[in-house]
Amino acid sequence: MHMNRMKNRSISLSDLSQNFQEIEPDLTAKEAMDEANRCLYCYDAPCITACPTSINIPSFIKKIASGNLKGSAKVIMEANPVGASCARVCPTEELCEGACVLNDASQPIMIGNLQRHATNWAIHNRAQLFKAGEKNGKSVAIIGGGPAGLSSARELARLGFEVTIFEAKDKAGGLDTHGIVSFRLPQRVSMWEVEQVESLGVKIRTNTMVGRDISPDELLAEYDAVVLAIGMANVPPLGIGGEDAKEVYDAIEFVESTKTPPMDTHLIGKKVVIIGAGNTAIDAATCSVRLGAANVKMLYRRTEEEMTAYEFEYEFAKQEGVEFRWLTQPVGIVKNEAGAVKGVICLRMELGAADESGRRRPTPVQGSEFTVEADAVVCAIGQTRYLSLIEAFGLTHKWGTVKVDLATLQTSNPKVYAAGDVIFGDGQGDAMVVTAAEQGKQAAYSIYKQLIGLSMVQTS
Amino acid sequence: MADLHVNFAGIKAPNPFWLASAPPTNSGYQVQRAFEAGWGGAVWKTLGDPIINTSSRFAAMHFNGQRVAGFNNIELITDRPLEVNLKEIYETKKRFPNHAVIASLMVEPKQEKWHEIVKKAEAAGVDGLELNFGCPHGMAERGMGAASGQVPDLVQKQTTWAKEAARTPVIVKLTPNITDITATAWAAVQGGADAISMINTINSLAGVDLDSWNTVPNVAGKGAHGGYCGPAVKPIALNMVAECARNPEINVPISGIGGIGTWKDAAEFLLMGAGSVQVCTAAMHHGFSIVEDMIDGLSNYLDSKGLASVEELIGRTVPRYSDWGNLDLNYKVVAHINRNTCINCNKCHIACEDTAHQCIDMLTSADGNKYLQVREEDCVGCNLCSIVCPVDGAIDMIEIPNGPPMTWNERQIAIKQPIV
Repeated sequence: MHMNRMKNRSISLSDLSQNFQEIEPDLTAKEAMDEANRCLYCYDAPCITACPTSINIPSFIKKIASGNLKGSAKVIMEANPVGASCARVCPTEELCEGACVLNDASQPIMIGNLQRHATNWAIHNRAQLFKAGEKNGKSVAIIGGGPAGLSSARELARLGFEVTIFEAKDKAGGLDTHGIVSFRLPQRVSMWEVEQVESLGVKIRTNTMVGRDISPDELLAEYDAVVLAIGMANVPPLGIGGEDAKEVYDAIEFVESTKTPPMDTHLIGKKVVIIGAGNTAIDAATCSVRLGAANVKMLYRRTEEEMTAYEFEYEFAKQEGVEFRWLTQPVGIVKNEAGAVKGVICLRMELGAADESGRRRPTPVQGSEFTVEADAVVCAIGQTRYLSLIEAFGLTHKWGTVKVDLATLQTSNPKVYAAGDVIFGDGQGDAMVVTAAEQGKQAAYSIYKQLIGLSMVQTS
Repeated sequence: MADLHVNFAGIKAPNPFWLASAPPTNSGYQVQRAFEAGWGGAVWKTLGDPIINTSSRFAAMHFNGQRVAGFNNIELITDRPLEVNLKEIYETKKRFPNHAVIASLMVEPKQEKWHEIVKKAEAAGVDGLELNFGCPHGMAERGMGAASGQVPDLVQKQTTWAKEAARTPVIVKLTPNITDITATAWAAVQGGADAISMINTINSLAGVDLDSWNTVPNVAGKGAHGGYCGPAVKPIALNMVAECARNPEINVPISGIGGIGTWKDAAEFLLMGAGSVQVCTAAMHHGFSIVEDMIDGLSNYLDSKGLASVEELIGRTVPRYSDWGNLDLNYKVVAHINRNTCINCNKCHIACEDTAHQCIDMLTSADGNKYLQVREEDCVGCNLCSIVCPVDGAIDMIEIPNGPPMTWNERQIAIKQPIV
């Protein structure tokens, strides 16, 4: 995300949907060409190594410069089946752009924006970039149609598997479709990626929740392998009084509600309090601003130093006018006579010795209780796990983080592989879309090795 | 501030930056605007007939996002009547008496035609004449321009005819579309030329349109070769200037033309023996105002070198230009990579590995940092790595001692010596 390229961010109160248009504009054809020509075309380029999916970045950029946009899009999508979404949501400063050698000489190449330019061409021109492989007679069930599931499905289809995705929601795409703020990632981009996968013959059974509509045992019996790509679930309860009040939201559901029109207008002019300071909390805060809230405060029991949101997300939230209240621990929610949020009772905190996460542990300051006025509260203190489903498969896990062999992504059940957020946590992996995409690919290759043979074939 | 005045074969100008005979000098309006902007002289777009307009006429070579690395035209000489040009030359000279106004001329290879045009141009008050023996297209097919400029006898004969009538200095403009430009330069000198100028444009086809499969440019679906100029031709022009400058039999001033766009380009031509420089493409790309930095930059450069005038710079590199046989075969440089400046793009490694001598290693230090290192014993000092390196100062070519000097010519002599 490049702050200096953001469009005028004045908030419209008459048409909230305008506030959810992409804020960083597409590169113009000239900007893309200038930027592509600036790429040095490094040998053994560090940007490739920094990309979890190892996109051949110098190659796709050179293709933009040569006017071969189809070839460019194919290089991207080959390595990353959700490459159009990643162009918009990857923390590029931490990945490819952070590794660009030009950081040491001038300005890094806008790799994310160039990736967006090339994939925009593919979206606009409805390019069919890949085709399904010759059928190998084996079938795979994929649970969850998010980045990991789609990525796995795309590669499995290219390798000749019969693939079915079981998706609980009405649309596939997972986080990319439902969970990333629209002004960063419009839903149509994710839906194009879903269509790309479907066009390889992958069946996507939406509104189908495994464990409710179909049992794990049925899947294990009917398919030769299963990929568990179910991600994470809702935000856990705060465990404080009054959280059953009206106008208390789960951040994941809150963001999801802004992904499709019509926009909810009832927060216009209201005071919104966000509890938490991770990337989802920032999303909830900036969505609140864009829904017309008059004041948005983020409450976090630690400090700026310990917050887990990316630096650029924090910077963006500040520019959006979000206020931060550090060392502030919510201990109760006050309701009004109608049972809706009226305020959040908080305690001031101070930092003590480092805890097991290496961060200094916050402890309450005696007698420091105060109330923050609020008309709505959005909770973003992490995500729970789909424990019952994981247990229904009988998989080894720790607090819902499914254990896998990191080399193969095979779970404790040799027929079941896992990829994406379901294996994130407990020191295992990263919770990025791009990591999920890579794991999805790797799970597909492991299944191919297990079911078909040792060596990889050329995919088409 | 250094003195930029030049006296080129008797033609005086406030500075060595002249506009070449080309579209920028097509009219009095343009030449006067150029003088206002600071240009020291202008060679008026070639006078002659007939008047023909080709549409379209220009095209360019763009390179990696940079516009106009090279420029191609299929335009002909002036598109205005002789009388109009002469009147405007007179007016321009009247308004700018201290600036150099030179008429470029081209007529059929007949004595009386040359006499007639020379007299008319001089009557308008020009400071000098430039004979256009270089235009590679259109005129050449009718025996003029490059058609006569490629035949030394015709160059000599027509120069003689022009000189018979001329009272002002005669510059002969040479075509590069010839194997050895010193042959035609020598012919011009034999014909009595007071100076020579080079290069005119190089035969070229700018491109092919990949959608229509037409040539670029095209005239109603057909193309023909044009003349190439602009930044890409500079090394070709510089060599031709240098070859003439170091030839003792071509002892007349040279006006350098070809790819000059900045004071640095100009300074290189001056060092290589040019007594003035002529510019076209850069002005067509950016307008006349570019001359401001050409003047300012050259002046600052001369000051920094402790030179009081531009005349002191002219030809200083000529003695250093020679034949390959006089180069020291024992001279050795090797590449040295400065790790503090290197940004690890590895372009030097892959250039050397794939296309040179495989002597740049990609290594990892004990602390895990990647670095590049030259195996000096295998390095032949070709410069390729330092050329592809995107960061100034990251690769130096270091001189290393390697025995006493020995040129090829000296070696041939030594081999012929009887062994005592």
